[in-house]
Amino acid sequence: MADIATHDIDHATDNATDHATGHGHHSSTGLSNNKLAMWLFLGSECLLFGGLISTYMLYRGRVQNGPHPSQIYDIPFTSVSSFVLLMSSLTMVLAVSSAQRKDDTKTNLWLLITALLGATFIGGQVYEFTAFYREGLGFTTSLFGSSFYSLTGFHGVHVSIGVIMLLSLMGIIKKGKITGDKAEVVELIGLYWHFVDIVWIIIFTLVYLIPS
Amino acid sequence: MSTNELTLTPSQSPSLVNNKLSLSPSQALGAVRRPVNTNGWRAWLFTVDHKKIGIMYGVVAFTFFIVGGVEALLIRLQLALPDGRILSADKYNQMFTMHGTTMIFLFAMPTAAAFANYFLPLQIGARDVAFPRLNALSFWLFIAGGLILNASWFLGGAADGGWFMYAPNSGPVFSPSNGVDFWILGLQIAGIASLIGSINLIVTVLNMRAPGMTLMKMPVFTWMILVVQFLLVFSLPVITVALVLLMFQRSYGATFFDVSQGADPLLWQHLFWIFGHPEVYVLILPGFGIISEVLPTFSRKPLFGYPFVVFSGASIGLVGFGVWAHHMFASGLGPVSVAVFSMATMAIAIPTGVKIFNWILTMWGGKIWYSAAMKFAIGLVVLFTIGGLSGVTHAVAPSDTQQTDTYYIVAHFHYVLFGGMVFGLFSGFYYWWPKVFGKLLNEKLGSWNFWLMVIGMNLTFGPMHILGLQGQPRRMYIWTEARAGEGFFNFGFWNLVSSIGSFVLAVGVLFFIINVIKTSRNPERAPLDPWDARTLEWLTTSPPKVHNFDRVPVVHHLDEFFHRKYEEDEANHSMKSIAIGEDLIRAEEDAADADIHLPGPSYWPLLLAIGVAVLGLGVVYGTPIMVVGALVVLFASFGWVLEPSVPEAIDFDSPSHDGHTKEIAPLG
Amino acid sequence: MTTVTETHEDAHEHGMSDAGYVKIAIILALITGLEVSTYYVDFGPLFMPSLIIMMVVKFVMVVSYFMHLKFDSKIFSFLFYVGLGLALFVYITALATFKFFIA
Ligand code: HEM
Ligand SMILES: [Cu+2]
Repeated sequence: MADIATHDIDHATDNATDHATGHGHHSSTGLSNNKLAMWLFLGSECLLFGGLISTYMLYRGRVQNGPHPSQIYDIPFTSVSSFVLLMSSLTMVLAVSSAQRKDDTKTNLWLLITALLGATFIGGQVYEFTAFYREGLGFTTSLFGSSFYSLTGFHGVHVSIGVIMLLSLMGIIKKGKITGDKAEVVELIGLYWHFVDIVWIIIFTLVYLIPS
Repeated sequence: MSTNELTLTPSQSPSLVNNKLSLSPSQALGAVRRPVNTNGWRAWLFTVDHKKIGIMYGVVAFTFFIVGGVEALLIRLQLALPDGRILSADKYNQMFTMHGTTMIFLFAMPTAAAFANYFLPLQIGARDVAFPRLNALSFWLFIAGGLILNASWFLGGAADGGWFMYAPNSGPVFSPSNGVDFWILGLQIAGIASLIGSINLIVTVLNMRAPGMTLMKMPVFTWMILVVQFLLVFSLPVITVALVLLMFQRSYGATFFDVSQGADPLLWQHLFWIFGHPEVYVLILPGFGIISEVLPTFSRKPLFGYPFVVFSGASIGLVGFGVWAHHMFASGLGPVSVAVFSMATMAIAIPTGVKIFNWILTMWGGKIWYSAAMKFAIGLVVLFTIGGLSGVTHAVAPSDTQQTDTYYIVAHFHYVLFGGMVFGLFSGFYYWWPKVFGKLLNEKLGSWNFWLMVIGMNLTFGPMHILGLQGQPRRMYIWTEARAGEGFFNFGFWNLVSSIGSFVLAVGVLFFIINVIKTSRNPERAPLDPWDARTLEWLTTSPPKVHNFDRVPVVHHLDEFFHRKYEEDEANHSMKSIAIGEDLIRAEEDAADADIHLPGPSYWPLLLAIGVAVLGLGVVYGTPIMVVGALVVLFASFGWVLEPSVPEAIDFDSPSHDGHTKEIAPLG
Repeated sequence: MTTVTETHEDAHEHGMSDAGYVKIAIILALITGLEVSTYYVDFGPLFMPSLIIMMVVKFVMVVSYFMHLKFDSKIFSFLFYVGLGLALFVYITALATFKFFIA
């Protein structure tokens, strides 16, 4: 298995011999079912967020009531919370690498920090939403309002689910109740977490930095 | 299906118990200690067996076929004569909306899911799908979606905006009843079900193939299902977005489709059809896959040009993502967009044509056996071609402008959907019935079934071409004598023919039901290889044992089963028989694997699906209900993740003798 | 798959050390700093293109390194990038029909 990358799907014949000799892969590609499923899911999520982002792009300038984007966006504030989320990707990947080294203490520590950074980001979003609301941008105020809150809210829900998964994972690891391969579970949740982060990378640029 | 099979040690087939009576004590205990004692109804509710799930999909989908069919008959009754009084305008709107929605999302897709669930693992030599619990979850979510959709009939009226539910017409102003809310919820949940199912099946195909089963040795049915799952994975999220936007508008006051706020009415149309066009291939490709198995088997020839059939299927899938706006030619897209999408649409006719030629050449010169399955398959080729040709006339934008929203469109898509897809599914019913239930459907009744359906279908939908070209609008709840026109092409005559045809069609379907009942009463067992078939699903008993194969087959050929039965005769270049299917299957039994792991049943898929349904209903009935649903979802998710993946020794694994057991976690 | 542990060692071999991850994170942070600076400094005609390029670079870096796509099986890349590619194609096309890109 030295070179997974070239272990392509048509090499099932290798498996034939493996099975015959009684040791070897349990899957035709040699890859994990769970990881394949996660990547497919993320591929699918691209089209989900793509739709929400496009809706926002189409509607961001359509303001008949209430504030215009440029009047309420607080770029310095959002920059900080974007940075927080970006750094949570680092701590997540460190958790994955600790898990692969079977270092439970460090894994849990990095998971905790990641969850805290995620929670901070969510806190920032709650603050931002409240501030915008006070400045007159409600969910129903304008096309801009509806599409802004839907897009960032969907993203926020994804982050929140991520935080819940991280915390649950920590609990499960502590109790030793994990089913399946621990490092892989951490890695799967990591993939989800990074995905949520890259979606924000796009949102930060397209929604906040580029004015309509 | 004998349900108590599951409680036997998996490696012991019932027929072998006599030979090998020795159950080891731990094996026997394992069976007792299982978390769920699966007998009777529980064997179905908590099952994760792909075959049981497949059968349940089939039964439920067929029930919805009857529901959608009755709705169709009511529509045709209303339009049979001038000034119909069967349905009010309002009820008529609900009727065609629910007819279209039911047929597509609750009949066509789940029936394809039934076949895919049952046969895809068998065709690739696997013992189950990659994620058995997710498979069960998909099924229960689909049930939840279907029930919510149809519950609207009793809770204030069904949705009435047409199956594509164009906004702003479907917004709160023009569609004030809850029907559309239920429609959104039902589709959203059924969509999640399909999404999970598609991920599951793709991973199954990628990872669970038997040794030697390379991608280009997979049966065409499996290939077409694979393409369909890719279409679903990448198109469902788009309709999810559309549904979410509409739900936010209807339930929480968002402005997405509020034109007075400057909204663009084309936004919904784009989102819907970016999903909707791939969806039509989701509907037709399983039928193509089925007849690509049936035509070679009953022509006693290999499929002509296997790689072409596979690649044209895949390219139909890919190009299918680039043609959606042909549904919007009349919406004022602008000339450039119309020209681009018109060309792309015509291009897609090419791979479709390739397939039709391959099928015809498969039959060419073959010793054709006109069984019921074969008749339906040939029916598909002919009727789909007619529907495909009228489809090309829509691709030409100027002519489409004349046809949009007339009965000509209704004629077209029923030729492809009924003549294409439904005939494919019926072909599959006749072909695989003996595999699933161990009994052959009656061929004579099958013949009646087929001919009545062909005649009924052409009588019903053929005249709709004329009606449409004469200008009868689609979704029109009434027509009057005064405006029916005169002469041969008057509305009156052709509407009546169409309505009579729909009842002929219904009688045809009734023959199928009679056939099923009669067959189930008939004690006679089918032979194990009744059609002299070609693919792996026949290399096991009928019905297959819980673990599918006594020994995981090692594959060397496309059409592996056929190649185990026949060998090329060097002398005269013909195939000569070297073995009989029946004997091959017995030989597999004798060489059965010693220790086979199968997934244990689980409560969580069902509970999770219930939670999701309650959560959804909260959108209509208020936040407290939503909270309850969310709690159930959370609880079930934890139960799911914490469920020991190995209830004693029962876990899924492809067989390996190194004692290394893969665990189902955390998704599966 | 049995060889889960093997895979991971494997990914590790070809993958990165923790120090490597930190390095990537620093680069990402620097790019983000640059992005934010466009808010304060006028980049003229370079404004849009540079923001888009930086966004893409960050995206690809996270996907390739933090998500391991660069070191993992090509099948994973295929599944993800097909989704991403289709998303770009359908949504850019749809926005184009709204004349979104014609200022
Ligand atoms: C039992 C045989 C069937 C009959 C007699 C029938 C009849 C009809 C009729 C008359 C309409 C037009 C209603 C109107 O525009 O006013 C219609 C619409 C439709 N049918 Fe069928 N149909 C049948 C089967 C099917 C099947 C099998 C499918 C798909 C799998 C299907 C899908 C649709 C769809 C999508 C619409 C459009 C609904 C809308 O306008 O929103 N039908 N059908
Ligand atoms: Cu289309």
